[in-house]
Amino acid sequence: MNQANVPQFNIHVGTELTWNVKPILHEIRHALEKLLNSGESSMIDLRSIPLAPGEEETIINTLGRGEVHARLDVLGPSEVYETQFAGVWLVTHYNENDSIVSRFIEVTEMPDVLKSQPEDVAHSLDELVTELGTEET
Amino acid sequence: MTKDVRLQGGEPEQAPEKGTPEKGTLGEALRSQGVSRRSFMKFCATTASMMALPPSMIPLVANALEKAKRPSVIWLSFQECTGCTESLTRAHTSTVESLIFDSISLDYHHTLQAASGAAAEAAREAAMEENHGNYLLVVDGSIPLDNPGYSTIAGISNLDMLKESAKGAAAIIAVGTCATYGGIPHAKPNPTGAVSVNEIIKDKPIINVPGCPPIPVVITGVLAHYLTFGSIPELDHIGRPKVFYGQSIHDRCYRRPFYDKGQFAETFDDEGAKKGWCLYKLGCKGPTTYNACATTKWNNGTSFPIESGHPCIGCSEPDFWDGGGFYKALSLPTEDLSKTAVYTAAGAAVAGVAISALNRAKKNTSNKIHIKTTIDDLRK
Repeated sequence: MNQANVPQFNIHVGTELTWNVKPILHEIRHALEKLLNSGESSMIDLRSIPLAPGEEETIINTLGRGEVHARLDVLGPSEVYETQFAGVWLVTHYNENDSIVSRFIEVTEMPDVLKSQPEDVAHSLDELVTELGTEET
Repeated sequence: MTKDVRLQGGEPEQAPEKGTPEKGTLGEALRSQGVSRRSFMKFCATTASMMALPPSMIPLVANALEKAKRPSVIWLSFQECTGCTESLTRAHTSTVESLIFDSISLDYHHTLQAASGAAAEAAREAAMEENHGNYLLVVDGSIPLDNPGYSTIAGISNLDMLKESAKGAAAIIAVGTCATYGGIPHAKPNPTGAVSVNEIIKDKPIINVPGCPPIPVVITGVLAHYLTFGSIPELDHIGRPKVFYGQSIHDRCYRRPFYDKGQFAETFDDEGAKKGWCLYKLGCKGPTTYNACATTKWNNGTSFPIESGHPCIGCSEPDFWDGGGFYKALSLPTEDLSKTAVYTAAGAAVAGVAISALNRAKKNTSNKIHIKTTIDDLRK
């Protein structure tokens, strides 16, 4: 079907009635205070909260974009970026069809998924040793 | 890099090296497929989200999943439309969900497997014998009791196959409203004498995953829970996992503020409908329906029926088909109800309980007075 022929429904929610945008932004503020005062990280699963159409976009637009942006190739793509609020990160996991499978707001100095994992480091060391051994023989 | 680990009453054993998962576990299967730990962390984060667990549980999920053994799964399909299997296999092509399926051994599913007839039944019997006491039995569809001949597989009646397969199962997952509560085959006048799994099997843990069909992520979430914790999740009074069915659609609906303000769509094309107001008066069964649609949503989290402008039909509830009409309001809110919205939160909560009780009573009454449709009626 041609996109122009798809019926358009004007189903929306007035901004005065949206529920969860402000509470989530306040939750992020509390999480930032906790990070600053005790170094403790927090995560918010955006898929666990009932959001009206457009609310997730409102939250994301309010957080904006900051200095760091990373794209990962891990069982399909993932996108990680720091928002304009330092310490507040948006982590979005996609499947191979670029559909979002999970989305988190992480309040941390660095999301774990960006760090090299000890198991992968150990595996890499083995691989490098093998590689060097192969070259010497 | 190795160290000795002494097992109770056993000889010293070589512990796996750091970063080397135990043999026969999901961790080993993933590592052998070249899945990095970072990828595994993504898998665990998504799985925890799928199971509706708080993000703080992700490290525990990772630890448990890495050590999880691959369970054998036997999937039986009885009186059903295959919508549940369609929901599961068509809705997502996600790598993450594929991994959930790679981490089980689906030994029998007559719709999906290549083998048929005697060869298929031999596979089921072999899986039951090899994994006696440990396999998971998944059932979709209801079971006809009036005449065993109404539904058979390879000449075996649904009743016999269910009883035989349930004997050695560790647990049973009833998928879809037909398997959980009889569903549409059980709708009045129930011509085949259809019943649910838990009306026949009484001595096994049964997890009910209702819905017509159930949300695919809920099905995989229940499997992931079993894989992760090796146990069944906490269930409500009609056998549903509380984590997915613990709250009503109404309580989690983004249109709830309109209900509280007394703003309702009266028809499908009026101003209220266009403004996205509450669909209660158009028959929405959200207040008496417990499911995860409002948060998990459908089609990769795109939307759910109410978001698309259609009332909830209550498909995850027993006897939803006989509930008195999809477009008939449970009970029309009175003027007094609208006024309660401006009262205190405590007052509103009390009103909510009262309305909920009223709705349940209404639903029960609707079921009782339901008039049977006969063949003669259809011919008119």
